[in-house]
Amino acid sequence: MAPPLLDVSGLRVGYDVYGGTLRVLNGVNFYLEEGEKVGLVGETGCGKTTTAKAVLRILPEPPARIMGGEVTFRKASVLDMSAKEVREMHAHGVAMIFQDPTAALNPVFTIGDQLMTAIRYSSLEQKLTRKEIRERALRALGEVALPDPARILDNYPIQLSGGMRQRICIAMALAANSQLMIADEPTTSLDVTIQDQVLRLLGKLVLEKDTSTILITHSLGIVREWTARVYVMYAGTMAETAPTAELFREPLHPYTQGLMKAVPKLTGEGIAEGIEGRIPNYLDPPRGCRFHPRCPHRMDICSQELPPYFEAGPRRQVACFLYRDGN
Amino acid sequence: MTPRRIGTSAGMARLLDRTRRAWYRFRKNSLSVAGAVIVLLVVCLAVFAPLLAPYPSHAGTFVDFDASSQGPSLRHLFGTDAFGRDILSRVFFGFRLSLIMGVVVISLTAPVGVTLGLIAGYLKGSWVETLIMRITDIFVAVPPLVLALAVCSILTPSVFNAMMAVSLMWWPWYCRMVYGIASSIRNEFYVQAAEITGASRFHIIFKEMLPNCFGPILTKVSLDMGWVILIGSALSFVGLGAQPPTPDLGTMVADGGKYLPDQWWIAIFPAIAIMFVVFGFNLLGDGIRDMLETESL
Amino acid sequence: MRFLKYIVKRILHSILVLFGLSILVFVIARVIPGDPARMALGPRAPENVVQRFRESLHLDKPIYAQYYFWLRGALQGDLGMSLFTKRPVAADIAEFFPATFELMLFTGVVMSVFGILLGVVSARYSNRWPDNTIRVFSYLGVCTPAFVFAILFLLLFGYVLQILPTIGRISPSIPRPPTRTGLLTLDSLLAGDLRAFWDSLKHLIMPGVALALGPIAQEARITRSSMSENLQRDFVALERSQAIPERKIMSKYLLRISVIPTVSILGLDFASQLGWAFLVELIFNWPGVSRYGINVMLHKDLNAIVAVIMVIGLTFMVVNIIVDLIVSWLDPRIRLGSERGV
Repeated sequence: MAPPLLDVSGLRVGYDVYGGTLRVLNGVNFYLEEGEKVGLVGETGCGKTTTAKAVLRILPEPPARIMGGEVTFRKASVLDMSAKEVREMHAHGVAMIFQDPTAALNPVFTIGDQLMTAIRYSSLEQKLTRKEIRERALRALGEVALPDPARILDNYPIQLSGGMRQRICIAMALAANSQLMIADEPTTSLDVTIQDQVLRLLGKLVLEKDTSTILITHSLGIVREWTARVYVMYAGTMAETAPTAELFREPLHPYTQGLMKAVPKLTGEGIAEGIEGRIPNYLDPPRGCRFHPRCPHRMDICSQELPPYFEAGPRRQVACFLYRDGN
Repeated sequence: MTPRRIGTSAGMARLLDRTRRAWYRFRKNSLSVAGAVIVLLVVCLAVFAPLLAPYPSHAGTFVDFDASSQGPSLRHLFGTDAFGRDILSRVFFGFRLSLIMGVVVISLTAPVGVTLGLIAGYLKGSWVETLIMRITDIFVAVPPLVLALAVCSILTPSVFNAMMAVSLMWWPWYCRMVYGIASSIRNEFYVQAAEITGASRFHIIFKEMLPNCFGPILTKVSLDMGWVILIGSALSFVGLGAQPPTPDLGTMVADGGKYLPDQWWIAIFPAIAIMFVVFGFNLLGDGIRDMLETESL
Repeated sequence: MRFLKYIVKRILHSILVLFGLSILVFVIARVIPGDPARMALGPRAPENVVQRFRESLHLDKPIYAQYYFWLRGALQGDLGMSLFTKRPVAADIAEFFPATFELMLFTGVVMSVFGILLGVVSARYSNRWPDNTIRVFSYLGVCTPAFVFAILFLLLFGYVLQILPTIGRISPSIPRPPTRTGLLTLDSLLAGDLRAFWDSLKHLIMPGVALALGPIAQEARITRSSMSENLQRDFVALERSQAIPERKIMSKYLLRISVIPTVSILGLDFASQLGWAFLVELIFNWPGVSRYGINVMLHKDLNAIVAVIMVIGLTFMVVNIIVDLIVSWLDPRIRLGSERGV
């Protein structure tokens, strides 16, 4: 069996802030095979974006700090890479789409400047001329179905709508023909009427180019429709992972079960229940399993030890002591 | 600073809790504590100057030419000036004047400026707002020091007149700052809710909007103490503020300027004293700002 | 087009404000107790002479009439007579303004360049020794008034080390270059007189740097915090993920957006230094409008006081508009606003 394209194990990341260190990621495990479309689900603040940025080595350090773990991309250890190797990885290996396209684009430079610079640095060895780079840029904008690409190149982000900005970000991400793409909540900050459109576009392009994708989202609905395998994340740890259909058929981790129950159903089963409690304070997280203060099934061991990942079937794992003996 | 509804008793309890937490944060920042210590020290020296100064009589008309122009020594830590007066003692009394000026000016200008700013922000779009803000614009069209100098020069130079002059050109800055905050929170839901329930304008402005400006106002007041002291010393330096023999830090620097470089201590120590006081208030003000702003963390 | 409208609006607004300022200052100047005519002619002048003088100055008319006469004259370039120099105020201003202009130009350049430079260095070496040193000095710089710096410089460089001149704009032994712009440094260069150029530059250093240090400190702090803040924003992360070299990110993409708050403050900082220039010109005996201003203020020369304030106000207004122009050139969000209404 071929080794996975991306393999993350035991990733721990902290942020040094005013009152101490926020221990955001506390041992994150996941992997991605070539050509796979994997989902990463969790509520806001659980560390999804931090995971993505840590893996790509684009975390702002300081204040962030990678405290441990291993990340392997194309058989090379990402955390040990030199700056040059990291740049090499960025040029051809990975790309990212950010949650808020307004924040992801530099407001004082034209779209053309940013897009063409991105193309240039992802193809340095090809020594393209300015004209060729501009042609590629126009083509990229055309691929994301943007009208009048020539005019857009001269526009500033402020002159465009949110949907258009996100399409541009998608164009930038795909123009480099990377092997791996991480899409961090690509439609969350868009108008509801456009979300579906943009998602479809993204899905189509990813399929065409056969890009391995990690789709980060807090929406169970999107995950169900777009991914083959899912990771459920809670407070900096992986709660559970399974092939998508199986996860929805039979969620094992109490957190996942709570999430499923919290989604309002149109079939009239009454008001959805939320999960009691709040996400933990990362400055002083709970000992042991980070979910135990809110868990309806908590046991003594849950507040003492961090649950390891127990096997629960083919490509299924749960980080919960309930499944300790292989139930 | 995230505005929150403080009008109710639940609001008061929250305010108390926030105050406790804010104080904890303040204590942890050593720079802010240093600032507070400096300010406290200066206040003590100023208030108890007659008791603490080694030669309190030197603050008034005192002449002793035998002891004049002596460098720093054990008897006179900061040396003596051309009239034989102990500079250290005069610096203590100088602190007095500076602090009095700061307190008076801010007590006059802050309430006026804040009130006008609130009114202008709340009545945004009306002729009242236009009037207030245009007048403010006129006052800020020249650098503050210039207007103060001009007004002072027209009146008879004295400490009192200097304070009046500075107050006259200081209130617009409060007005502007509060106007900015007020006009942006004017459309927040709690203001609209209060309007709908028929609360009086007075209530809305002072019980709903004002509490949300406390933080920036407090920060500004603390930083302003330093600025007012600077401007006051500039006025005295030029001769338009305190008159001899009143010991004022600015006048002392100006007088000492004549004796540079040989009797450098006459000018330098009061100059450092000015820096010291302003430094303290700046640290304090920054500390207050940090304390109030990092609430979300 | 929209931009042009914005500029025109700004200029009109500023002119209105200047009018208001003139009224304010005029009223303040006329409100003092005392008799300017008597003060000018002295206590021994006969009453009928003083009365005639009073009438010639329109002092017997109501205040709005006085303002009208003043305004009419001012718009024609006649700012009245200075009771201090016994010359037309307009002539005084014309004589002294270039010196202040040169000083403020020097100060402006120094404070912009070094303020931003130090801020960038500070952000680049965040929390290491260059940053910490700069931050300490910045703090002290903000707390110290320009006149204290001036005195310290005078002492250190003027008297102790004796490497810089302490008075005036140019050494008396060096002939002044022919006046073309009024700026001694520029005029010397234009005349090819390097000795005069170097000498006048040396005279500029102490007063200019004394005035510039406060704003340099302020701007370094703002630039640093702006850059630090922007370093954590998503667009920097995106640019990194696109393999753009770190140096290019810092020097191009990060710099332009981080400098915007600094430039916005530049106008205000410049204005406050216009105020401190009054003291600094006095200390260095710099023959500029500000020193003239202090002198006429100490002598209660009302016409001149009003004129000086108007000149300062006008200068401030022009500087503000220039700064606004630069900021909107830097930041397309201001120029273009929400054309699409998003």
